[in-house]
Amino acid sequence: MPRFVLRRLASGVVLIVVITAATFFLLHASGGNIARRILGQEATEDTVVQKTHELGLDRPVLTQFREWLSSAIHGDLGASWFTSQPVSEAISSRLQVTLELVIGATIVSGIVAVALGVLAATRRGWIDRFVQFLAVLGFAIPNFLVALALVTVFAIHFKIFKPTGYTGLEEDPAGWLSTVTLPIIALSVGSIAGVAQQIRGSMIDALDRDYVRTLRSRGLPESRIVYKHVLRNAGGPGLAMLAVQFVGLLGGAVIIEQIFAIPGLGQVSVGATSQGDVPLVMGLVLATAIVVVTINLVVDLLQGYLNPKVRLS
Amino acid sequence: MTSLRRRLLRNPTGIGSLVFLVVVVLSAVFAPLLAPHDPNTANAYDTLSGPSGKYWLGNDGSGHDVLSRLLFATRLSVTLTAETLVIAAVLGIVLGLLAGYYGKIFEAVGTAATSLLQALPAIVVLLAAKSVLGPSDFAAMAVFGVLIAPAFYRVVYSAVSAVRGELYVDAARVSGLSDPRIIGRHVLTVVRAPAIVLAANIAGISVAISAGLDFLGLGDPSIPSWGGMLNDGFTNIFTQPLLVLWPSLAIGLTCVAFALLGNALRDELERADGAPKRRRRVKQAATVAVAPAAVIAHDDAPEEPGTDLLVVQHLSVGYGTPDGSVKTVVEDVTLTVRRGEVHGLIGESGSGKTQTAFSILRLLPSGGRIVGGSITFEGKDLAGLSAKEMTALRGKKIAYVPQEPMSNLDPSFTVGSQLVEPMRIHLGLSKSDAKARALDLLARVGIPNPGRTYAAYPHEVSGGMAQRVLIAGAISCDPELLIADEPTTALDVTVQAEVLDLLRDLQRERRMGVLLVTHNFGVVADLCDRVSVMQSGRIVETGPVRAIFAEPRHEYTRSLFDAILPDAEARGALPGVTSSGTLGEGVTA
Amino acid sequence: MTETLLDVRDIVVDYPVKGFRKPPFRALGGVSLEVGPGECVGLVGESGSGKTTLGRAVLGLAPVTSGSITYRGREISRLGHRERRALAADLQVVFQDPYTSLNPSLTIDQILTEPLIARKTDKQQAQRRVRELLDAVHLPSDAGKRLPREFSGGQRQRVAIARALALDPKLIVCDEPVSALDLSTQARVLELFKEIQARTGVAYLFVSHDLDVVRYLSHRVAVMYRGEIVEWGDANQVTVHPEHPYTQRLFLAAPVADPVKQEQRRAERHRLLALQQEQDEQMEINV
Repeated sequence: MPRFVLRRLASGVVLIVVITAATFFLLHASGGNIARRILGQEATEDTVVQKTHELGLDRPVLTQFREWLSSAIHGDLGASWFTSQPVSEAISSRLQVTLELVIGATIVSGIVAVALGVLAATRRGWIDRFVQFLAVLGFAIPNFLVALALVTVFAIHFKIFKPTGYTGLEEDPAGWLSTVTLPIIALSVGSIAGVAQQIRGSMIDALDRDYVRTLRSRGLPESRIVYKHVLRNAGGPGLAMLAVQFVGLLGGAVIIEQIFAIPGLGQVSVGATSQGDVPLVMGLVLATAIVVVTINLVVDLLQGYLNPKVRLS
Repeated sequence: MTSLRRRLLRNPTGIGSLVFLVVVVLSAVFAPLLAPHDPNTANAYDTLSGPSGKYWLGNDGSGHDVLSRLLFATRLSVTLTAETLVIAAVLGIVLGLLAGYYGKIFEAVGTAATSLLQALPAIVVLLAAKSVLGPSDFAAMAVFGVLIAPAFYRVVYSAVSAVRGELYVDAARVSGLSDPRIIGRHVLTVVRAPAIVLAANIAGISVAISAGLDFLGLGDPSIPSWGGMLNDGFTNIFTQPLLVLWPSLAIGLTCVAFALLGNALRDELERADGAPKRRRRVKQAATVAVAPAAVIAHDDAPEEPGTDLLVVQHLSVGYGTPDGSVKTVVEDVTLTVRRGEVHGLIGESGSGKTQTAFSILRLLPSGGRIVGGSITFEGKDLAGLSAKEMTALRGKKIAYVPQEPMSNLDPSFTVGSQLVEPMRIHLGLSKSDAKARALDLLARVGIPNPGRTYAAYPHEVSGGMAQRVLIAGAISCDPELLIADEPTTALDVTVQAEVLDLLRDLQRERRMGVLLVTHNFGVVADLCDRVSVMQSGRIVETGPVRAIFAEPRHEYTRSLFDAILPDAEARGALPGVTSSGTLGEGVTA
Repeated sequence: MTETLLDVRDIVVDYPVKGFRKPPFRALGGVSLEVGPGECVGLVGESGSGKTTLGRAVLGLAPVTSGSITYRGREISRLGHRERRALAADLQVVFQDPYTSLNPSLTIDQILTEPLIARKTDKQQAQRRVRELLDAVHLPSDAGKRLPREFSGGQRQRVAIARALALDPKLIVCDEPVSALDLSTQARVLELFKEIQARTGVAYLFVSHDLDVVRYLSHRVAVMYRGEIVEWGDANQVTVHPEHPYTQRLFLAAPVADPVKQEQRRAERHRLLALQQEQDEQMEINV
């Protein structure tokens, strides 16, 4: 088992390096234009050259990357080209907020999806068709439309939740709940749909297996067969789907934060993108990559717990 | 392909969504003709006004006509979606095909590329890309096409590698077909359907993503886009809430239409394939127009009262068909299993022998039910028992040994835990007592290292051992009746003989009544006291084993015996061919 | 002395094992046998014996690590794609599973003309050949337009045999062709195999786990165990009076359809196993 963890960790680190390297090279592919974009179209050629040199953009890209990487390992991600704020500072304060949303949405999705999936798979009939229909809709409708609908109805019309803004968890738990509930719901709809469909499918599959009949022949009550045995076997693909959804949720959070005016990574990303603030973008990519790799590692461990065959591979 | 189209047209959601999407595409194509105003003309006096006679959907924050803008924005969405689909499909399908068929380097590249491209959320990558690519939507969606290609890759790869392993592909290779020919003939047909379904779903996703990017304000402001209009509406949501509605409907309905289309396609394709591959072939008996003849029963020694364990009388089992009628697979079956006696139920595939066994346990596959007759166990009619009572009976009084050892053990739990669980339920044992008993059982069924097997998972033990474990499980609560469904058919011959020995010993030791389902007369001769022969759902002959083997009377029984290959005469060497008796060192002991 | 059709010498087949630096799995550890023209050589063994691997190696469907396979004097163990395809006219196959060896979405016509397509036979000739083939395996001539799922297991196996015969091969590798069939169907299909051999003089390499089946059809028999041949010779000798301890166990293990005889046989088997165990223990002590 430890070897399994180490191997996953190693491949995770490799993945992070590869991703950041690829991003770095792609972002710096158009070297000269970066300086010009910062200074504006009217800037003279001289100032552009000076700025390029100042930012170190005239050096070979490999060198620049190596430098970036070594300082990143020490926690220094450089500073924003536009605000001069240290990147790590800009990101870490907002990362927590985004993670609250995303992890919250993941947990909610997991629970609801399992409930719906099991219900659909065991009852079949009209419940099954209903759940499937909801799933198709939930999966299809973009989460920002759901968010807009939620804002319009609950925040503006009914005035139950605060439409925009964010209250920290430590400051005021009730307030925090009031600000994150709608965003989490908006994020969850799509992933509930995807995971529920997956769980329903793999449960129906598993219920058809030979060993289920043999377990019945041993006199085990049906509820135990479904919740202990079948769910365990069907859980693997469901968990894999949840992990995939998590990655999607990180992306979805970017847009949702805009709608609910939540000070997360989303706002920073949009700003950095439209300005072409490379150090900030790099920091963002690195942070995202680390989060994804960590979650994947956790999921892999859970998969190992659920499915003994995985532990050996 | 044409039949797919025809089938799709019969599906209501399929038609609905297809029609809607066609309307969308047409409005994109004919936008210049349909739009009442120029989308980029800003009317300073009419900003944020609601629907009016002149501007049917009102004006946005800059005074543009919403309807015209919407129509032109449709062009952008359609073009971008097409762009993404083409890029993703070409990359994903080609690589998936090569990787699935040839493996090796293509597979390696595919796997590496897939994990890399899917590592980050698409939106984050697109944001990073836009920071250098600028506001062009076309560039961004091209990048997205590359990012979502792994979806096509995975689907195509799994379809192709599944087909690659099929025997008919091997046969095609031996027939001399070249690889491209094999791919065209056998592989592409399997790829078409899932790829088309995926394309519909990807189209929906790509509409959402491009709208999302435009909503964030990262798109080209000079080109009308649904996302951009949504952004404008959101900014002005308190002043003119209706502005959010139109682009929301456009985006939402299009996405849903694509998803519903994909679903309809998938449903129709599944229906076309017939029963899904995974399902066991329910061997249904042919509805034979044989007049119900009387069962030939070889006369018995008079029965001792009170020894009847299981009495099946005039049992009929059937399955519901789509048109409402019932197809009988077991018809008017009567047999008796006495205490301590082994009763063989022999027949070929489709004879109904397994269905009879399942119906005694009330474990028929879905759709099957008892349509007539009675099953009496220890004097009680099983049909009258509730589900709960039946569950209490199973495993405790009536046990089951299945045919296929590996697929009948839960792969996620250790062998030991699966043995212990029913014992704790039926016998109320504590954890340690149950474990001790399980270890004893494992030793009794001939497993050399009970402790190791107890802690092992099903995939870590061999087929023969797994069958022994299943037998141990079946006898664990000391049942009166054992129903064994071809317990040795899936095993190697030498292992089979050992397991038959084991069954015989256990049966004698515990004086269990056994109903043994098999297709092999040798097994019947080895193990059974009585035998009933089944054909097409009916019993044709029944009696003591020695009597039936000595003098089979029914012509079907006789034909079965005739089909048994002789065991003493071989063909002999071909004249002119000398066989070198020894080839290397292999012959000696 | 007739020229040997197929000569297998010291064939070794290794399959790579998933995992970092794990040793490959040796499916065949140096196997040799031969098949003469018009002969049926039976290859019998249990799971893991390598019998299917040997058949696949002859057909070019398994990777050969070392050793040689010669067909009519020509080395075929490491042929390139094109040469292998040219061999299709001589070397054919009938697989075990009648449900997956025929593409379920192709008609019988399409399945039977597949080998002919590879040879670029013209349409009329191909259709004529299909009729001949359906006749040879005693299937109705209108079977061509139907799909495999409309036929029983035995009938599908006949289609597979017809496909194998399409190019008039000299040797057919039969990989457990009757194992998935009912007893009565099995007997009929074996009869068909015999009849075809008598009529066309084709040779068989007949793989099976069933000693009775192998005995019925084969002239010579090789017994395989864990990737090696442990006994090889006349069918009469190997399958009726086996000499190798494994073959003896195999022989006695299959129950016979006669209660009295089976009881005796069971006793004999127990005696044999006890004897063999004693001998093994003796050998261990001596070592």
